[in-house]
Amino acid sequence: MRKKTFFSITLLAIAAATPAFAEETSVGDTLINLAYSIDTFYFLMSGALVMWMAAGFAMLEAGLVRGKNTVEILTKNIALYSIACIMYMFVGYNIMYGDGANGFIPGLSFFLGADNAVDDVLKSGGEIYYSGLSDFFFQVVFVATAMSIVSGAVAERMKLWSFLTFAVVMTGFIYPVEGYWKWGGGFLDSLDFLDFAGSGVVHLCGASAAIAGVLLLGARKGKYAGGRVNAIPGANLPLATLGTFILWLGWFGFNGGSELKISNIEEANAVSMVFVNTNTAAAGGLVAALILSQLWFGKADLTMALNGALAGLVAITAEPLTPSPLLATMVGVIGGLIVVPSIVFLDKAKIDDPVGAISVHGVVGIWGLIAVAFTNPEGSLIAQLTGIGVIFAWVFGASFVTWLIIKAVMGIRISEEEEQEGVDISECGLEAYPEFTTNK
Amino acid sequence: MKKIEAIIKPFKLDDLKEALHELGVHGMTVVEVKGFGRQKGHTEIYRGAEYVVDFIPKIKVETIVSSEMADKVVETIMNTVRTGKIGDGKIFVLPVEKVCRIRTGETDNEAL
Repeated sequence: MRKKTFFSITLLAIAAATPAFAEETSVGDTLINLAYSIDTFYFLMSGALVMWMAAGFAMLEAGLVRGKNTVEILTKNIALYSIACIMYMFVGYNIMYGDGANGFIPGLSFFLGADNAVDDVLKSGGEIYYSGLSDFFFQVVFVATAMSIVSGAVAERMKLWSFLTFAVVMTGFIYPVEGYWKWGGGFLDSLDFLDFAGSGVVHLCGASAAIAGVLLLGARKGKYAGGRVNAIPGANLPLATLGTFILWLGWFGFNGGSELKISNIEEANAVSMVFVNTNTAAAGGLVAALILSQLWFGKADLTMALNGALAGLVAITAEPLTPSPLLATMVGVIGGLIVVPSIVFLDKAKIDDPVGAISVHGVVGIWGLIAVAFTNPEGSLIAQLTGIGVIFAWVFGASFVTWLIIKAVMGIRISEEEEQEGVDISECGLEAYPEFTTNK
Repeated sequence: MKKIEAIIKPFKLDDLKEALHELGVHGMTVVEVKGFGRQKGHTEIYRGAEYVVDFIPKIKVETIVSSEMADKVVETIMNTVRTGKIGDGKIFVLPVEKVCRIRTGETDNEAL
């Protein structure tokens, strides 16, 4: 007897049906059942790993801001994750993977549809190889990743609720539209723009939204006072390091899961290659950034090394399958070598990004997309550059307008006084580490 | 009675505690402090931007001793924590008017 549960979230109810089939199950059907289960399981576990990246971002950002802004950045991170989950379920997933009219304009519908029926899967002969809801779960954690990138760049000076309002628009609309253009089968996909797991769709997207916000928001008070670039050291480097390790771990789900299938020899080998390349690119990025900061600044700056690891990860995300591990390491190394001067340059340009998110995800995301033209025989430089231009133009433009509207309606920046006191107290009424409190 | 305040390099605290204990000093209060003297601070780089560390971490040791012991204590502190390098710290000696032990109500030298 086979038992299958059908989901219908459209009705916000779960209807369980347990049809008992009288006929014998053929060996072929059993194999399809097994493969479907394995691939769905792999998809769900990959999604769970990517979900954990939200924790990585939260720790990284909490470590790199000052102690007085810790509670607020944690609130933003866990709230944006939750908003992303709701908005993507409400409308985002349907925009991204719905029936678009012509490759440019996505379809519009709401809530999730029913999962695959057993007979349909069996009849497909294995063409349908994972649960539809597992696909949603895997995709939803990607949206949250894109939004997490924004929170670090605007840290320590943005109003909490303005940020969360932006998160609604970003995760429900801005991200899904460009996601449709590539992964939903839209015009970028038709142009052979290649982006395996989202150097562009996720990382460049997040960074483009971030830079639009930062330009309207301005720098933290005192960051560029006196015409110099003043250092504002992060409060907790153990947390920042833990956050980077968590992101590194989550990335195996991010890139490994994007292979979408593991249930045969070829696919299992491919997933293994993706894991190895993802890991080695991160290592290359870290070592490169560490050595560069030692040579350039005279000291081994841990925060730059952490950004280097993330740069390696972002760089390899656009194509972690086709390069050899040595080539993947080089892609990561170049990412690490780009991210350090990019952070210094953005500071010189007075674009204040406390955690280096724009450099890591934007500048290195662009490098990762360009690298595809050299690491994947099917890559085309023209197509990659087109994709970069389209994603940046759309996300930056749409975000800029959204930020402008939010700024006009509710304001985006906290007052100078609140900034001096720290947003933990002014926005959340809490301290991360209260010391002198009494219960009276 | 004298109050002796010594600003010292943090890693010398254990040595000083033992030396004072041997001398017969029964108690002390220790505070983590930051400050600068003639040593001034030093420059570091964080994410490519230079910054000056003005206030360097030190330990402030406070102990109250009888007036007769004060010179001996000061000498012991100097001999124990001196490295000869810049940033060794300073010692201040202040008069103390009155000391009370809260538990017993003893006062002055009895209470030390």
